[in-house]
Amino acid sequence: MTAVRDRLQQFLAFGSLIAIFLFFSIASSSFLNYSNVTSILFSTVVIGLLALGTTFVIITSGIDLSIGTGMTLCAVISGVLIVNSGLPVWLGVLGTILFGGLIGLVNGFNVSFLGIPPFIATLAMMLVAQGLALVISDSTPIYFNDEPGYTAISTGHLLGVDFPNAVLVLGVATVIAAVVLNKTILGRYTYSIGSNEEATALSGISVRRWKLAIYTLAGLFTGLAGVMISARLASAQPGTGIGYELQAIAAVVIGGTSLAGGKGSIVGTLIGALIISVLNNGLQIMSIPQEWQNVILGAVILVAVYADMARKRRSTV
Amino acid sequence: MDDTELLLEVRGVSKSFPGVKALEDMHLDLRAGEVLGLVGENGAGKSTLMKLLSGIYDADAGEFFFAGAPYEPSSAKHALELGISIIHQEFNLMPDLTVAQNLFIGREGGFFTSERALNARAAELIERLHLPLRPKQLVGDLTVAKQQMVEIGKALSFEPRLLIMDEPTAALNDAEVDVLHELIRRFLTPETGVIYISHRMDELRRIADRITVIRDGRYVGTRNTAQTAMPEVISMMVGRELNLDAQPVGVREDREVVLQVAGLSTKDLLREVTFELRKGEILGFAGLMGAGRTEVARAVVGADRIDSGTITLRGREIKIANPAEAARHRIGYLSEDRKRYGLLLEQEVGANIGLSALAERFQSWGFVRDRAMRATAAEYVDTLRIKTPSVKQTAKNLSGGNQQKVVIAKWLVKDCDILIFDEPTRGIDVGAKEEIYRLLNQLAESGKSIVMISSELPEILRMSHRIVVMCEGRVTGTLDASEATQEQVMHYATLRAVAA
Repeated sequence: MTAVRDRLQQFLAFGSLIAIFLFFSIASSSFLNYSNVTSILFSTVVIGLLALGTTFVIITSGIDLSIGTGMTLCAVISGVLIVNSGLPVWLGVLGTILFGGLIGLVNGFNVSFLGIPPFIATLAMMLVAQGLALVISDSTPIYFNDEPGYTAISTGHLLGVDFPNAVLVLGVATVIAAVVLNKTILGRYTYSIGSNEEATALSGISVRRWKLAIYTLAGLFTGLAGVMISARLASAQPGTGIGYELQAIAAVVIGGTSLAGGKGSIVGTLIGALIISVLNNGLQIMSIPQEWQNVILGAVILVAVYADMARKRRSTV
Repeated sequence: MDDTELLLEVRGVSKSFPGVKALEDMHLDLRAGEVLGLVGENGAGKSTLMKLLSGIYDADAGEFFFAGAPYEPSSAKHALELGISIIHQEFNLMPDLTVAQNLFIGREGGFFTSERALNARAAELIERLHLPLRPKQLVGDLTVAKQQMVEIGKALSFEPRLLIMDEPTAALNDAEVDVLHELIRRFLTPETGVIYISHRMDELRRIADRITVIRDGRYVGTRNTAQTAMPEVISMMVGRELNLDAQPVGVREDREVVLQVAGLSTKDLLREVTFELRKGEILGFAGLMGAGRTEVARAVVGADRIDSGTITLRGREIKIANPAEAARHRIGYLSEDRKRYGLLLEQEVGANIGLSALAERFQSWGFVRDRAMRATAAEYVDTLRIKTPSVKQTAKNLSGGNQQKVVIAKWLVKDCDILIFDEPTRGIDVGAKEEIYRLLNQLAESGKSIVMISSELPEILRMSHRIVVMCEGRVTGTLDASEATQEQVMHYATLRAVAA
């Protein structure tokens, strides 16, 4: 029963994505072509990666507000490791992803061992990361112009054709996230904790430790997002980052993951992230000002969540 | 009865909920100027009666008369306006507000509130009722007894003719009970009356003029307190009819002691709780609501912190810091509130059954072996006769009895030797109860050790080999079930400790 309904939810989100996509295809002649679709996918990468990680946290009925500035801090760390310290690119990338994991670990410790509500713990981390990014970089961007190997992670074309590597990275990350969530005990406990944290604890599962792991996992995705954004821009911009967390959370929510916990899927999140980029791209092509794009995005979130709630009310009589 | 005016009359009132008859043809008379004690076991229908009187429910049949006129309250507010104040067992207080703010909540008198005027009104009320309170104190800082006084002050500020109190002394010590009784006596005039719901015979003897007993939603009888011995009231309460088709086997002295709990105390409630559990034994835990039975279970499995005391498992003293450690020691706890503490309602039966043993039995390299888990779950669905179309069914769609079996299966898959059942048959219909009983017996026969907490005396007497009786956080008696009677258990369950 649940499986059918979850599939329906994904179908709804997927249906909306198709509808929006068709709408823009008809409304604008410059929307539907290979290079624009690729650019939509390309622009989904960063929000998509952040949303993948935070899907786990939200399924536990937690929240992570630190992913936006955390990502920026990771980008700065990447610059420090690769540009300033001259580490090989692969090692710098690995270090950056692990640093993201460390941010998540601290979040997880604060939430599960100190018992600080996720909203507050990650709000604090959001500020700490924002400040540290500025402190470490001395408030100046770090440029990767002399590291072609690094920028190629995002803009290179491993698959030959005009298909950026960043999209490939998002694809692989999505598969990994889906496998972890659906096939491993970490994923199983993520759902259990979100469904009923007390019952899970009383079933003899160390909820604290698993939550620590889940926040750490989200942090690893944040680290990867930090690599991808700095590789795309060929620079780490320490002043940015705020706002990404809300876009990512919006993607998760549009994708049908419940903030109350226990429900959600990686595919849904990916679709949610795509809906956001298609909207942004299409509205831009139709020359609708940036300000209005946010208004429309806000409305889409309301409609998506209300539709989800209405459907659940109907199905639980 | 003719010489005194009746303040409240309940005539033939019935109330059903889906599957349950909460009240059937209920009668009750309260004379003006008296305190009527109302007693009955848990689930006898007292709360339902309260909720009918306060306008939360509507009766299916029957009538109420209050001060000679038909009484049909539409809401709690309406009941108050008609002159009936009810103090529920659970307080309705805002801990972060002051005494004065709590006393007059909803009656501040205008949108802009004057703290000074409110405090003055509160001071006047406190003075008039001789309450041991100050208007500006934060309610959250008060002791439970004083919070009770705030509730009473609030109830009496409406100047009711009838005051109903549900277990008002559950958390009070003897001195505080005396203060409360003093308040009640001051409230009583020839025009007013009090219904005093309590389990405590000694208190009823002191405060109640008459005692009405109800059982299983029906009126049993009313006695004048002065001319009645309390054991008579107790036997009216528990009833006579018992269907003991499977008598307990008796004490299993020869069996190995599996679990020993000694001097267990917690900050809140438990005082020096000591008992032992033998292999293959069903150890019943009896007591009234709030006696501390669930708290013992939660402390033993590490869900709540222990202040002092030791837990010895098969001769070795162990420390259990959390339920995960309890599970490693093969101790499983099945909560009375299955939906809240036992099940993942939105997840499938198989996932629920496999949850506890997931990490040790159904994974390799972190990957869940779903097929193995579902196969094992299906086996248990068969052996425990869980009625579900498949292990993929969502847990919330199962009936109460089958949900309980799912929780049992979860702990059997985990291979637990010690199972602590908290109200194993609560909310389960009669047929399914029998199945749970059979299952408990089978488990004990197969060498599992079982602690069974239950508020249903017949269930305790029928299922247990030995019975631990608790009252107010203490063990007041340990009985051999083959010799125990309901009266005996009730006696220990109401045996209050000498003033603390």
